[in-house]
Amino acid sequence: MKAIIEASATQAVTDAFAVERTLAGDRDAYRVLVDRYSLYIYRLAFRMTGNSHDAEEVVQEAFMRGYQKLTQFAGNSNFGTWVYRIAANYAIDRIRQRKVEEARQATPSKTTEDGLEVDPVAQVKEPSASPERLAGSAELAAKMRQALDELTPAERTAIVMRHWEGCAIEEIAAVLKSNTNATKNTVFRAVAKLRKALEPFAEVRNTVRAMGTES
Amino acid sequence: MNHMTEEELIAYRDGESRSREGFSTHLNECADCRREMDRIEAVFAALDILPIPDPGENYGNRVWAQIAPRLPEKHAHWWQNFLQPRRLVLAGAMAALVLLAFYAGRVTKHPGPDVADAGKVRERVLVVAVGDHLGRSEMILMELANAEPEKGQKLMNISTEQKRAEDLLEENRLYRQTALRDGDTLMASTLDELERVLLDIANSPNEVTPAQFEAIQKRIAAKGILLKVRVVKQELRQKRESAVEPQPHGSAATTERNKI
Repeated sequence: MKAIIEASATQAVTDAFAVERTLAGDRDAYRVLVDRYSLYIYRLAFRMTGNSHDAEEVVQEAFMRGYQKLTQFAGNSNFGTWVYRIAANYAIDRIRQRKVEEARQATPSKTTEDGLEVDPVAQVKEPSASPERLAGSAELAAKMRQALDELTPAERTAIVMRHWEGCAIEEIAAVLKSNTNATKNTVFRAVAKLRKALEPFAEVRNTVRAMGTES
Repeated sequence: MNHMTEEELIAYRDGESRSREGFSTHLNECADCRREMDRIEAVFAALDILPIPDPGENYGNRVWAQIAPRLPEKHAHWWQNFLQPRRLVLAGAMAALVLLAFYAGRVTKHPGPDVADAGKVRERVLVVAVGDHLGRSEMILMELANAEPEKGQKLMNISTEQKRAEDLLEENRLYRQTALRDGDTLMASTLDELERVLLDIANSPNEVTPAQFEAIQKRIAAKGILLKVRVVKQELRQKRESAVEPQPHGSAATTERNKI
């Protein structure tokens, strides 16, 4: 299986020494690994959680857990890939936890006259958020953050690992503790949902960009 | 052929499609499916604009500062030492070694019990890694030693060299301790001196006056560290070369060097 984080031969060697020394009781040797992989993990964590605060928490927790479980680390995987998986799993837990907290804090659901539940997302939609206005990068980014937030934790993990990190389906399946077919379906559902939410804006943006290029 | 479904288009784009050739032909011929694929591409292109905030310079150091006080001390048990992870880690290092074409030839030409000797493999791995580390250190030292302020320049920016020196510090410490543990005194003392110089560079201000810069250059020159680094690097190179050519008294070089 392809490593999620490619390490050069020298990196792999120095990682191995750092792990060896940490296990031998030299706590400071772990610093080499933290220093080397923090930024990778931060990028993954930010894309998964969508905010810096949670992302930083994921990074710290991943390295804490990595340290505690270091005796379980097998040399057949590189350290970067191993801690990446720990981070992805913790990020999933964090997203789930946040969704529960948000649901608990949400105001009691309102119902329409005919007894149907009012969709809270529909309520916060800006009436002026036309596709043309959202063609601007900042607004499209905001729309995208909202679309990503509406994915389930598994869908979000799948799209982040697949699209941004270029992970193999098998790697994603390992993190999601699922099989490859189910994981492919999760990726597909995530793309379909994002498409539904973003397509009108993405298309307009592309058209606007194309018009700009032509003129 | 019917139009491709959304699922098929996404799978095709991801390289997960089984009948790739058939879909490729269909996409070439079918304008509707191509348009649909363009729409999917537009969504993926939109995803790429999501910015990731920069957590700032020295982020790794900051993470370490936050977690280090919470990390418990590890006490290695005899069975842990004997059993696995570090042995497996060494096996991983062996795999990395095999990747180095330098050694690959030797392994295939002269298979023997010494190749499987983890101690020797470990030593060779260390030779390669430390050689690389010294090469990178030498480059920084040379750049600083050879730089000159331009006429009338009031401040010199050395932030790039600082960052690189800082990046090398932790690895340096690791190699120094390993060399000490292995009884390689010359290597340990050279790495110790190098560590002080790297620390000196890393702790300097981002911008220095020509006088401050000259002081840094003098400190580098006074310790003769550049020369020592080159000597050790040269010895490591010879060691690597002698590891490629079969040598009946392979360990003699190390023993001799430690007598210096």
